[in-house]
Amino acid sequence: MPEQIFQFLVTGITVGAIYALVGLGFALIYNASDVVNFAQGEFVMLGAMTAIALLGAGLPLVLAAIAATLLTALVGLLLERCAIEPARGASVVTTIIITIGAAIFLRGVASLLWGKNSLPFPAFSGNEPIHLGGATLLPQSLWVLGGAVLLVSLTRAFLNRTLLGKALLACSFNPVAAQLVGINVKVMLRLAYGLSAGLGAIAGILAAPITFSSYEAGIMLGLKGFSAAIVGGIGNPMGAVAGGLLLGVLEALGAGLISSGYKDAIAFVFVLMVLFFEPTGLFGHKVAERV
Amino acid sequence: MRLAGFFVFAVAVILLPILFPDNYFVTVVGIAAGLHVILAVGLNLLMGYAGQISLGHAAFFGMGGYASAILTTRWEWPGWLAMLAGLLVAGTIAWLLARPILRLRGHYLAMATLGFGVIIHVLMVQATEWTGGPDGLGNIPPLNLLGWTVDSDRQWYWVIAVAMLLVIGLSLNLVDSRIGRALRAVRSAELAAQMMGIDTARAKTQVFVVSALFAAFAGSLFAHQQAFVSPDSFSLMISVELVTMVVLGGMASTFGAACGAIALTLLHEGLVVFEDYEMLIHGALLMAVMIFLPQGLFVGLTQGVHRGWTWIASRRGAKEPHHPAVS
Repeated sequence: MPEQIFQFLVTGITVGAIYALVGLGFALIYNASDVVNFAQGEFVMLGAMTAIALLGAGLPLVLAAIAATLLTALVGLLLERCAIEPARGASVVTTIIITIGAAIFLRGVASLLWGKNSLPFPAFSGNEPIHLGGATLLPQSLWVLGGAVLLVSLTRAFLNRTLLGKALLACSFNPVAAQLVGINVKVMLRLAYGLSAGLGAIAGILAAPITFSSYEAGIMLGLKGFSAAIVGGIGNPMGAVAGGLLLGVLEALGAGLISSGYKDAIAFVFVLMVLFFEPTGLFGHKVAERV
Repeated sequence: MRLAGFFVFAVAVILLPILFPDNYFVTVVGIAAGLHVILAVGLNLLMGYAGQISLGHAAFFGMGGYASAILTTRWEWPGWLAMLAGLLVAGTIAWLLARPILRLRGHYLAMATLGFGVIIHVLMVQATEWTGGPDGLGNIPPLNLLGWTVDSDRQWYWVIAVAMLLVIGLSLNLVDSRIGRALRAVRSAELAAQMMGIDTARAKTQVFVVSALFAAFAGSLFAHQQAFVSPDSFSLMISVELVTMVVLGGMASTFGAACGAIALTLLHEGLVVFEDYEMLIHGALLMAVMIFLPQGLFVGLTQGVHRGWTWIASRRGAKEPHHPAVS
C-alpha cells in the first residue's frame, strides 16, 4: 500500500506540474490585466498541436517546439490586441465571455486544421520506464518536472529581478501610476499575454507525449489551471504553482484510492471547498474590499 | 402597456403553427427554441437582473431531465409527479448552494458555478446504475397531462409554447415586483442596496432558486419530449451556450433573453450545413457581440431605434418656431 501511494504521488506531481504551469499563465494575465483568461487551456492545446504538425512536416523536435511556442505566443498577443484591448473597462462578466468566445474560436480553428482525432507525440527520450523505489516513472515525467522547475524559476526571476518584469508587476499594482512613471502599459499587457501563451505552449509540448493532444484537450487543462490559480490565491504566481501541485496530487490520490472516473469531480469539490471556506485562496493575502 | 410586448409575442407564437402547419422550422425547431427560451429567461433573472454569472446552469437543467427520466422509467411514476420531484431536487440544491456560492463575486463565482456544473456532469456519467452512464437513459414514456398524452410534434409545440409563455409572464411580473427592484438594486450597487435595508443575500437566494426551478422545468419537458437523456445534453458547453443566449439577446431584458435563445437555436439550425465551421462561428460571434454590442443584440437595437427616434423628433422640434411659455 505505501508503495502504491508513492506511485500515486509521483503521478500526481507530474500532472500537478502541468497544472502549475497553466496556473502560472493564468496568474500572469490576471496580474497584468485583471482578466481571467478562459482561453489559457487553448494555448496549451495550440502549443502541442502546432508542435505535432511541425514535427509531422519534418522539422526536428527542438525546432518544432521553439516554433510552436513562438507561434502560440503570437496568438496570445493577437488575442490581447484584437479582443481584450477593444473591450477595456468592460465588466468582469463581459471579459469572461470574451475569453470563452476566444477559447471556442481557437478550438474551432484547431478542429478545422487538424481534425478531431487525438494525435500522438513521440517522447523526448524514449519510453523505457525508470524504477524508483517501488514506483515507476516515464522519462517524459522527468522532462515535465525539469521543465516546470526551470520555467517557474525563470518567471520568478524575470518578475523580481529584471526591469521589464518589475514594470509588468507595476502595471498590475496600479496601471495609472505605472503609466505616469513612463511604463507603456499597453505594451506590457501584450507582453503578459504573449508570455502567458508561450508558457502554456511549452507546458502543452512537455505533456503531449504523456497525454496526447486533440482540439478539445485544452478545456479540462484550462479549468484545472484556473482552479490551481484560485486555490493558490488568484494573482499570486507562486501560489498558483503550489495550487497546481496540490491539485495534481489530490487528483491522483483520489483516482487511485476512490475511483478514476470521479477524479475531475474530486478536484472540483476541493476547489469549491477552498472557495467556500478560504475564498482568497490557501496562499493568498487577505484583502479588504474597498467600497 | 407593460405587457404589450408579451401579447404581441404570444399572438406570434400561437399564429405560427396555424399559418405554417407541418413546417419543420415551426414544429421541430420551435420546440427546441421554446425550451431554450425557458432556460435563457430563467438564467437572465440571475445574470441580467441580479448581476450574478452562472457557468453551471446546465446542471439544474440536467437535474430536471434525469429526475423525470429515472423516476418514470425505473419506478413508473406518473410524469407530472416526476416533474415535481425534479423541481423539488433542483430547488433544494439551489437553495442550499445559494448562500455560500453567491457570497462569491466575479471570477470566483464563475469558477464555483463552473465547478458545480462539472461535478454534476461527472455524476451523470459515472453513477451508471442510476443514470445509465455515458449512453444515457432511453424509453422515457410520453408526458401524460390529465389523461391527454402528448406525443406528436404539434402537440409538443403547444405544450412548450404554453410553458414558455407562462415562464415569460412570471418573469415579467417578478422583475416589476418588489423582489425585482431589490435585485436591480443589488446589481447596480450591492452595498448601497444593503444600506437601504434590502436583505441582499435573501434576494440573491430567491432568484437563484427561481432560475434553477425554470431550468429543471425545462429539463423535465426536454426528457419527455426527446424520450431520451444523456450527459451530453447537460455538459459545460451547454452551460456556456445558455450564457451566450442571454448575452446575445441582451442582459436585463426578458425579451432580450428570449430573442437570444431563438436566435442561437436558429443559428445552430442554419449552421448545420457548415458543421465544421460551427464552433469557429460560435466563438467569433460571442467575441464580436461582447466587444461591439456589450448590451446584446435586442437591447442594443431597441436602444438604437429609440435614440434614432428621439434624434428625429428633436430635429423636427428644432425647425418649429419656439413658443415661449405664457407667464
